[in-house]
Amino acid sequence: MIAKQLSVFIENRQGRLGEVLEVLKENKVNIISLSLADTTEYGLLRLIVNNPKLGKEKLSDNGFSTMLTDVLAVKIAHKSGSLQGLLELLSKNGINIEYMYGLSIDGDVASVVLKANDLQKADEILCKNGAETLSNEQILNF
Amino acid sequence: MIWNETKECMSRDEMTALQSKRLVKLVDYVYHNVEFYRKKMQSKGLLPSDIKGIEDVTKLPFTTKDDLRDNYPFGLFAVPNSEIVRVHASSGTTGKATVVGYTRRDLDIWAECVARCFTMAGISKNDIMQIGYGYGLFTGGLGAHYGAEKIGAMVVPQSTGNSKKLITMMLDFGATAIACTPSYLLHIAEILEEENLLDKVKLKTAVCGAEPWTDKMRIELENKLHIHAHDIYGLSEVMGPGVACDCEFHKGLHVCEDHFYPEIINSSTMQPEKDNVLGELVFTTFTKEGLPLIRYRTKDLTSIDHTKCECGRTSARIGKFKGRVDDMLIIRGVNVFPSQVEAALLEVQEILPYYMIIVDRVDNLDTMEIQVEVNEKYFADEIKGLESLTKKVAHTVNQALGLNAKIKIVEPHTIDRADGKAVHVIDKRKLY
Repeated sequence: MIAKQLSVFIENRQGRLGEVLEVLKENKVNIISLSLADTTEYGLLRLIVNNPKLGKEKLSDNGFSTMLTDVLAVKIAHKSGSLQGLLELLSKNGINIEYMYGLSIDGDVASVVLKANDLQKADEILCKNGAETLSNEQILNF
Repeated sequence: MIWNETKECMSRDEMTALQSKRLVKLVDYVYHNVEFYRKKMQSKGLLPSDIKGIEDVTKLPFTTKDDLRDNYPFGLFAVPNSEIVRVHASSGTTGKATVVGYTRRDLDIWAECVARCFTMAGISKNDIMQIGYGYGLFTGGLGAHYGAEKIGAMVVPQSTGNSKKLITMMLDFGATAIACTPSYLLHIAEILEEENLLDKVKLKTAVCGAEPWTDKMRIELENKLHIHAHDIYGLSEVMGPGVACDCEFHKGLHVCEDHFYPEIINSSTMQPEKDNVLGELVFTTFTKEGLPLIRYRTKDLTSIDHTKCECGRTSARIGKFKGRVDDMLIIRGVNVFPSQVEAALLEVQEILPYYMIIVDRVDNLDTMEIQVEVNEKYFADEIKGLESLTKKVAHTVNQALGLNAKIKIVEPHTIDRADGKAVHVIDKRKLY
């Protein structure tokens, strides 16, 4: 299952990240997980939120460059080696990962968000091999 | 020292007589050899015989950079291509270059003018002179080169781009003179200072040009390097470096008036201005065969002084430049028009047609940053996507300008969109 991630382009200047969060707060968009990639000049804020569409709409209204990106939220066992196994599986099948970050941990189960060069294929391979990829609704109830 | 005392120290009456004779000849020459001028004169009802002396110059029509562009590449040449022995080119407003052509005699006169300038700066055959201008289509390198050879100096054709090698040779050869842009020389001076090499430098004289600079900058250069620095002026359309230069008194730049006739006009009324009144500098080339120019508008703002200089020269002097009539920027010696940048950016569909150019001087080198906004449709959420976009824009700009610019992606709507009067350039350098 493909999930939607909210991506925001922010210039690397003081207070700008806070302004993004302010807009999300005012519109009651709740953040489940986030990752921030930074360069000297700008950053890319990647968010898993409860309502990505609303988040994009409101951020765009406030002048931010935003987009909804397809990602995979993959459930894995919360134990040593499980992430490595997942990556090996993808790599063996010629899938390259663009970026990845942790989503959540709950007891014995954890999950990660990843973006791959061929997301559909990655999803198929993972599902075929018994892994579970979550939709946005499933993430919320996870 | 004066290279050509006969010409440089002529009385005003003699100069006027010489200029009158040359103007009459020039007008007759262009009328019969360049269709563009013939048509322009005909449309004003002017015949060559109407020009009887230098005082009639104001009857003649102006020529602009646009005219050169419209007649790209060789349309304004007055001789067949077989007589042209060299061309140079500079960037134009729309990406098309402005091409200039020289006959063998033109090159001789060019070297003569540069020789006058270098001699004015105190350079002679006893000097070892590094030429730190780019060699190539730009007139700076080859122009300065042949002038330096003409006076018999030991010429080191250094060109640009390798400061380390320039410094090594400056020290190893014991170079005593250098020609380059003033900002480049300051940059070199700073490297020398950092490496504690200033006392090993044998440099005595620098002739700097190709970009505007202030007296303050000259004094800084002189104090840092213990040299005399001189300002040389020129533009490729008129010839290249060597049109004018300042002597040891630094009271304006002596124009090689027997070859180039300077006028200052009011660019609104197009009427001539009196001495010492600020206006646009206009040149008529008396002796050029390849690309003769009638009242060419340089767009440079300055004033003129016809009084005799303390150095003994009688030639008219133009003052330090006070700015431009148009929006042209000179960055690292390269002419840049914001419209060129705009045209280049329009080629890249991933970005929006809004931009801001920020020009600055960091460690005495000009920097150009262009801020652009990404078209939301092409926005990438991967750093590598944004980086490759930045590279693509930088490459496109480099192709158009021949100059590296730093491209900075900014958030949408951060660039001013006001139509027409939008500010597209922030120049943080203090050049005038």
